[in-house]
Amino acid sequence: MATTMAAPGRVTVRMKVNGVEYAAEVEPRLLLVNFLRDNLGLTGTHIGCDTSQCGACVIHFNGEPVKSCTLLTVQADGADLTTIEGIAKNGEYDEVQMGFWEMHGLQCGYCTPGMIMTANAFLDRNPNPTEAEIRHALEGNLCRCTGYQNIVKAVQYAANQRGGGGAAPGPGTDLEFEHKDVIEHAPENLQDWGDQLAGQEEQ
Amino acid sequence: MAATIEAPEKLVGKPLRRREDPKLMTGDGNFLDDIRLPGMTYAAILRSPVAHAKIRGIDTSRAKAMPGVVGVFTGEDLADVNPLPCAWQAAGVDNNVATPRLLALGEVRQVGDPIAVVVAESVYQANDALEAIEIDFDELPAVVDSREAVQPGAPQLHENAPNNIVMHWTCGTDAETVDRALAEAEVRVSQSIFNQRLIPTAMEPRGSIGVYDPGTQEYTLWATSQAPHVHKLVVAAFVLGIPEQKIRVIAPDVGGGFGSKIFVYFDMPLMLWLAKQLGRPVKYFEDRTENYLHTTHGRDHHSDIEVGATADGRITALKVSTLANLGAYLSTVAPGIPTTLYGRMVAGCYKIPNIHVDVKGVYTNTAMVDAYRGAGRPEATFVIERACDLVADATGIDPAEVRRRNFIQPEDFPYDTGLGMLPYDSGDYAPALDKALQHAGYANLLEEQARRRADGSSKLLGIGLSSYVEVCGIAPSKWIGLSGEGWGAGLWESAEVRVYLTGKVSVTTGSLPHGQGHETTFAQLVSDQLGIPYEDIEIEHSDTKGTPFGFGSYGSRSLAVGGTAIYKSVEKVVEKAKLLAAHMLEAAPEDIVYENGKAWVKGSPDAVKTIQDIALQAHVAYDLPSGMEPGLEAVTYYDPPNCTFPFGTHVCVVEVDRDTGQVEIIRYVAVDDVGNVINPMIVDGQLHGGIAQGIAQALYEGAVYADNGELITATMNDYAIPKASMLPTYELDRTVTTTTVNPMGAKGAGEAGTIGSTPAVANAVVDALSHLGVRHLDMPYTPERVWRAMQSQEARA
Repeated sequence: MATTMAAPGRVTVRMKVNGVEYAAEVEPRLLLVNFLRDNLGLTGTHIGCDTSQCGACVIHFNGEPVKSCTLLTVQADGADLTTIEGIAKNGEYDEVQMGFWEMHGLQCGYCTPGMIMTANAFLDRNPNPTEAEIRHALEGNLCRCTGYQNIVKAVQYAANQRGGGGAAPGPGTDLEFEHKDVIEHAPENLQDWGDQLAGQEEQ
Repeated sequence: MAATIEAPEKLVGKPLRRREDPKLMTGDGNFLDDIRLPGMTYAAILRSPVAHAKIRGIDTSRAKAMPGVVGVFTGEDLADVNPLPCAWQAAGVDNNVATPRLLALGEVRQVGDPIAVVVAESVYQANDALEAIEIDFDELPAVVDSREAVQPGAPQLHENAPNNIVMHWTCGTDAETVDRALAEAEVRVSQSIFNQRLIPTAMEPRGSIGVYDPGTQEYTLWATSQAPHVHKLVVAAFVLGIPEQKIRVIAPDVGGGFGSKIFVYFDMPLMLWLAKQLGRPVKYFEDRTENYLHTTHGRDHHSDIEVGATADGRITALKVSTLANLGAYLSTVAPGIPTTLYGRMVAGCYKIPNIHVDVKGVYTNTAMVDAYRGAGRPEATFVIERACDLVADATGIDPAEVRRRNFIQPEDFPYDTGLGMLPYDSGDYAPALDKALQHAGYANLLEEQARRRADGSSKLLGIGLSSYVEVCGIAPSKWIGLSGEGWGAGLWESAEVRVYLTGKVSVTTGSLPHGQGHETTFAQLVSDQLGIPYEDIEIEHSDTKGTPFGFGSYGSRSLAVGGTAIYKSVEKVVEKAKLLAAHMLEAAPEDIVYENGKAWVKGSPDAVKTIQDIALQAHVAYDLPSGMEPGLEAVTYYDPPNCTFPFGTHVCVVEVDRDTGQVEIIRYVAVDDVGNVINPMIVDGQLHGGIAQGIAQALYEGAVYADNGELITATMNDYAIPKASMLPTYELDRTVTTTTVNPMGAKGAGEAGTIGSTPAVANAVVDALSHLGVRHLDMPYTPERVWRAMQSQEARA
């Protein structure tokens, strides 16, 4: 696939993505996110805005989080990239992925890969963050589903699992998912529901 | 009796983590733009740069010659294809219907109107070729504000809609009676309210892929869809004229919708038409600016309200007159939103004897407006909750007390508001209010507010309440359908439950997720009810091939309507299992007990047949009771008798910076009653997200058009989707009032947060400024707007 001389109007690039070496001929204008998605088939990196606001396309570029919609593929020549597909190792989810799962940090899941990539790089820099620091760190990633509360918890969970600990959670940010009132009120099973309803009808 | 029957752990009521998540957190999800089919081509759309113009000519010749271009088409090529239908027209009145064509024919009426499509070997090549298309426009004047659009002499959008009026619809008591009640009221307040236009902004934009197989003459449409069966029906029967059995619609993973993916859009039939023309699959995936320009918007109501009350705060009359901006054309269900879902819900939680609502739908040179999370109910709640605070202000009675004095009481249910809505099913509004006030520490907050005002503190404190009720599961066919509220179909839902020979289960449902975790919730429900392990149950959705027709997910209906269809199918399966078990146990069917996946004869729990034994017997069919068919499955088409009406009270506490006008939410307490809950973690997540979107309307968001029809907020750089640092921590609690509308007692939770939250924030901000004489402010509460309000009021004082 790799040639020393690229075709007219094309440039040869070489890079490592998730530990695999790639070489390709690309148009100089090709955005890195399109290269990852269309040429390499790594479609976990998403496109949500085209203007570098939403962060759905965040990857790691030589270990740093970047928005891959804002880089040209040729700028990644020689780089070592990690995408969301490279985060789980040997089928084991990492702490941030587990945090998102355990804390219900995702709903539709479209922003999730970018969130996980940003949170991972953030926790490398700041293993023991406060809630405010987490919220600030996620400013380049937009989520429309969760209202962010459970994303914050997911990052706190990951910080704990990584051994950083994280600051004491504020009100409503317990790391155990618990909704006391609901658990008390929820019927034990459908039979109880039926009984409850029958009771109501009798009244 | 059943002491030897081991009861497995019950899952209903447990916060199980979602089975949907692993693929989404590893990049293995399959969203529309992730799909690559052999031979696929890519479409790009040339969109109008002007808001209103005649098209005098289009020259595509240069574009057709560009590298990689497979085809270029304009509205002329599609002249014999039907425009998109409007499937929900306002009931009981004339609707001046104008709907969009797939590509503009002769005239454009909004910036972003599709004019031509280029199909090429790559997205880059398709976009290159767009640049080479030349259009000769004859520009016309544009109008973007509904108040201006209805004035004489305003630019006219459609010949069949004089003064740009779509429809004029009313509900409630006649206007004269309400006027009389207002005139007689001891306290009378009036207010103009603008509920600004919002852009739904699902993180995944919209798109579709068309495939045509000339061998079988079958079409396949992949679409970012909240309602694939409906899209199949409309595209096949109403737009392209394809036999319905020859089209399959698949919604892959959908990255959020919030209403905007309910509707039929031009690209759905267009991709199928192109696929047939070109003999290759064609994909279109809009970019964010296209999404902002042309995928539907929400809200945009200008309302004048008048409210009358007694001196002790009892509301005696309410008159609401609303202009609903519906954009340049009617989207799929647009007229139903400001009528059935808005006008009929304006009473809120309150017993108000005289209400009159007058709604005019209006065409303007803007994006189509249709359902956006809450759809009509946020606008209604905003009106009535602002009205409560206006009454509190005018009477000097505490806002919480005003609400309490006007609440519909528990014994009043089922309650008919007199506005033509189905009766509210059940409710107990005061406990939710009390709990919210208690949790927030209302009395202390009032003291702190007084202290800060007295001290001249630089941070003003505002406390806002919102007691809301909303309507979910908008399905009852007789009521919602053409003969009733005007929707072109009933909105029942289907489910098929199939227990295989091996005891594993497939459930198909017409409900489908775009983030709500249907697979997890439905599997919890089926596992408990059928007694089959959670892991053995597959929830299948989003593909019309071989599945019963269903109406999709919107209006917080999936559990209340779709879930009930599943529940009833499981009941039918259990009935058959009991008959077969009776045969296997040589007993009478009426003596069979079925619990936790096991059947036994009453009083003899030692001899059990498991559901797996029964399923095997049903399929091998060596020994079935006389007349019993093999197999163990059931289909239900469930049409509920009523809607459900969740409710609650939200309390928002804000600090307003006296010097800068910056608003910060320092507490947000929500007590919601959504009936019974299957997965509290998922329900809380729905409430979080809903509250976030409601707060976003109050503080940050607003679609802004220039007078010439250009959308100023056409990127995420300009339209303020809140970031993590811009939203508070939500403190949630619940009361549980079940409903008898469905056997689960569940009401719906998808939109409650959005509906309840916006007025709570608004009331808090106005409350913070009330001692300066501010009685109302239009949203969003940007620092500039709040600062100006403080300056003008202080100057006046």
